Amino acid sequence: MLHHGLNRFIKPLVSLRLAIVCLALAMILVFVGTLGQVDLGTYDAQKKYFQSWFLYWTPGGSGFHIPVFPGGFLIGTVLLANLIATHLERFKFAWKKSGILLTHFGLILLLLGGLFTALFAKESHMRLEEGIGRNYSESSTDYELAIVDVSAPDHDAVIAIPGSILEKKSHVESQGLPFAVQVVKLFPNARLAKRDDKTPPSPATQGVGTRIAVSEAPETHKMDERNLPAALVELTAAGKSLGTWLVSVALGAEQKFSAGGRDYTIQLRDTRYYKPYRVELQKFTHEKYAGTDVPKNFASNIRLTDRERGENRDVLIYMNNPLRYRGETYYQGGFDPNNPRVSILQVVRNPSWLMPYVSCSLMGLGLIVQFLMHLFSFSKRRLA
Amino acid sequence: MKSTAPESSASPKRPWFPAIVVAIFAVWLLAGLRVPPSGESFDVNAFGKLPALVGGRVKPMDTVARNSLLIIRGRQSIGDTAGRTLEPGEWLMDVLLKPGRADQYKTFVINNPDVLGLFGWKQEHDKYFSFAQLQPHLETIQKQAEQVEGVDEKLRNPFQKEVVKLRDHVLLYNRLKSSIHGVGSVTLAEELDTYKSVIEPGIAAAQASQAGKPFDEKALALLGDFFKRYDFVAHIAYISPVPRADWQQWKNIGQSLLETMKDGKIDPSVTAYSEMESAYRAGDAQAFNATLTGYRKLLGGAFPALMKKIDFEFFFNHFEPFYKAIVLYVCVFLLALISWLKWPESLGRAALWLLILTFVVHTFGLVARMWMQGRPPVTNLYSSAIFVGWGACLLCIVLEKIHRNGIGSLTAATMGFLTLIIAHNLAGDGDTMEMLRAVLDTNIWLATHVVCVTIGYSATFLAGFLALLYIVRGLFTASLDTATAKSLGKMVYGIVCFAMLFSFVGTILGGIWADQSWGRFWGFDPKENGALLIVLWNAMILHARWGGFIRERGLMNMAVFGNIVTSFSWFGVNMLGIGLHSYGFMESAMWWLGAFMASQIAFIALGMLPLRMWRSFSKKSPSRRDGEVLTPI
Repeated sequence: MLHHGLNRFIKPLVSLRLAIVCLALAMILVFVGTLGQVDLGTYDAQKKYFQSWFLYWTPGGSGFHIPVFPGGFLIGTVLLANLIATHLERFKFAWKKSGILLTHFGLILLLLGGLFTALFAKESHMRLEEGIGRNYSESSTDYELAIVDVSAPDHDAVIAIPGSILEKKSHVESQGLPFAVQVVKLFPNARLAKRDDKTPPSPATQGVGTRIAVSEAPETHKMDERNLPAALVELTAAGKSLGTWLVSVALGAEQKFSAGGRDYTIQLRDTRYYKPYRVELQKFTHEKYAGTDVPKNFASNIRLTDRERGENRDVLIYMNNPLRYRGETYYQGGFDPNNPRVSILQVVRNPSWLMPYVSCSLMGLGLIVQFLMHLFSFSKRRLA
Repeated sequence: MKSTAPESSASPKRPWFPAIVVAIFAVWLLAGLRVPPSGESFDVNAFGKLPALVGGRVKPMDTVARNSLLIIRGRQSIGDTAGRTLEPGEWLMDVLLKPGRADQYKTFVINNPDVLGLFGWKQEHDKYFSFAQLQPHLETIQKQAEQVEGVDEKLRNPFQKEVVKLRDHVLLYNRLKSSIHGVGSVTLAEELDTYKSVIEPGIAAAQASQAGKPFDEKALALLGDFFKRYDFVAHIAYISPVPRADWQQWKNIGQSLLETMKDGKIDPSVTAYSEMESAYRAGDAQAFNATLTGYRKLLGGAFPALMKKIDFEFFFNHFEPFYKAIVLYVCVFLLALISWLKWPESLGRAALWLLILTFVVHTFGLVARMWMQGRPPVTNLYSSAIFVGWGACLLCIVLEKIHRNGIGSLTAATMGFLTLIIAHNLAGDGDTMEMLRAVLDTNIWLATHVVCVTIGYSATFLAGFLALLYIVRGLFTASLDTATAKSLGKMVYGIVCFAMLFSFVGTILGGIWADQSWGRFWGFDPKENGALLIVLWNAMILHARWGGFIRERGLMNMAVFGNIVTSFSWFGVNMLGIGLHSYGFMESAMWWLGAFMASQIAFIALGMLPLRMWRSFSKKSPSRRDGEVLTPI
């Protein structure tokens, strides 16, 4: 019975026509998604086109999101279901088809791997100046509101509220905080300027924000620009306001204040990913070809210290030669045109990094086997 | 399969014919191996073989001359004031050693009438102008170009683009002119004599001045003047001809003469150039050649391996293998085409033999570039075009060997010709063997990923061109008989399989490269997406064929669409100006790409016309048509 029921579910998925339709839709999606990068930038286009279930169309002025085209997730899932169903239904091993089988099996793994990567991979970066060490990397897209209790002399207690929560909720409470956080206004991208006598009084009542005029700026998607979010937050304890602060990623330093007899700092910053080890930049080299601006080589000489694992060593990270350590990959991501002593390392955590290797080896092998079998039978026929 | 051969191969007719054809062209090629000597006068060839560091690479003066002319003039040839054609090296000799004369040559190209209008000139038959003609207007050019600077590059109009280009060309010309000595009645040799006499007292004065003791103000001032002059040259000179052991450390004349201040010694290279200049200006060919020979001997002793490469590159420039291959491809095309009308066997075989000879020349050019660069074949768009043509030609030779019906030869000739023409037009930016940006500086991945992907381009294009041939012959001529149609179907199918394999393996290797370098297998970079599109399209063709959704004609139409997909992947994504692969953006290419895609769509439309309109099929019984259903390979 169960088998029968399963069959009814699988049958409609077993179709070469469906596979071809998926391939065609995938092509259109890849094409449109590639063009979309011109305006959206690689990161946002990837989110919109490839890591989504649907592409939506919002008619001008309305709040509707009408799905108009399948996104990468949907096409991938249907293709995956189609492949699995086809092989469950029609599976019959034959040497003649071993190459095709291998290829398709590899493709199943590849699609799964792509899904896992989309779900679990995290990219961030570490900006290091020579002589500076860090135990965290920072996101290039996400931000957080960090409130740190600095009262204790030997450690800090950090409460970080992700930007995605600030965007959704206007009132945030946390067990670790004796006060609540009220989001008065959130700017996805803001322009900060010094206030003068003509600008209206600042909504901020505390900290550096009282001397700053903040205004909304259009969000940018360009590769070489980034959004600088800002927020006006009010802290309240027992229904009483402690004041309103202007926080922004563009403000470098944290702002100090006291509440309930303890000292705190507050700061809107790029989301941090802490590591159980430390990376310190010792030397950054950036060579160009003589008489040109063409970069010849970038290299970061870093020191890696990990007390847990007893590591303390020098590592050279350069083009095409990243450092892989504890599930993360550090590669030479960029440099600061204004400061030759600054190296920017890109940090990628991708737990399923091995899957593409396995799946692609299977697929490549399958195609080669099939092609060679075809070639041999062809030349045999010719010789006969 | 042998049954498709138009004539039995048991007793070939006119067996001497192919041999004669190949012999004639071989003689032509051999004649090209010899570089014409300079005769009694100035040894231009030897000068062209002097090494210099330009754009991060040590290359012969001949290459510097050709690339500079290509940039400034848009072509490598130029005439002197009397209308005699100059060797590029000869032009450079004048620019470097006798700039006053070079200023009279019509070196600059101006295509835009509005730019000419700036100077009060009308557009007449000649679009080339000399530096002397432009000289009174340099300030205008500079001012206009500065105004354009603030405008986004994509928004500039043709006038603005041309005026910026002209400013850059004038700058490049001036940098070339200042590389050895520059304009003036004093020769470099005389100037160096003065310089030598000034250094010692000047340095002494400087030391005394620093120590707070009395010093010779005039000596210090004289040395200061020289310092200023050579510091300026050090910054502006385009060519660095003074060798050092580390090739990245080669110096230009200004830098070398600044070093002279430390020890009073003038580098032998500087001396050699100064002597050549004196002799050249005096018109003394004998003295010039003697200095040149001595200097080349000196370099050959110090850098034997480098000089071998320099000499070879000079020979390569003169032999012009890709130009010769273009000519040969045209001849192959004609032979193959005529073979369908007359003498199918002899002409067909002659076409194949000549194609193989052409392939040898094409391969020579490819391998020579690899050796000179020390790199795998594909490093930039230019070399990818050369390689796409080469790969297609190789595959076509295999096809022609199997099917022997002229189709392989004709397609190879068409694709070889077109890709080399494309390469020729891509060379306009200057050096085609430019240095590789840090991220691409890895021979392993260039040799595997890039080569595989490029073979994938070759094969997908080849399938598309074979399909075009099917449509054109079938629709417009009655020549597409059943056997030919069937063999074309098999060719396209086989090549699509091959293309699928290589584009897929190439794309995977790209993923592995990305993972090795950036910690992610797939980043949806436009060029990666382009490669993926080719894989998807080829996969679609194959699945549609296996499923019986398409037959012979559908296969052809889909293969033609493969041309569009591949051209987008090859050039289109570069024009988006985003991502890691956004090198080599070219605006004029945009138009050509659009035109190519439109033409392919037109061919697909033709291919979809009902069979009764096809001249080859209309008279046949309706049951013939679209071949049998294929099972998965």
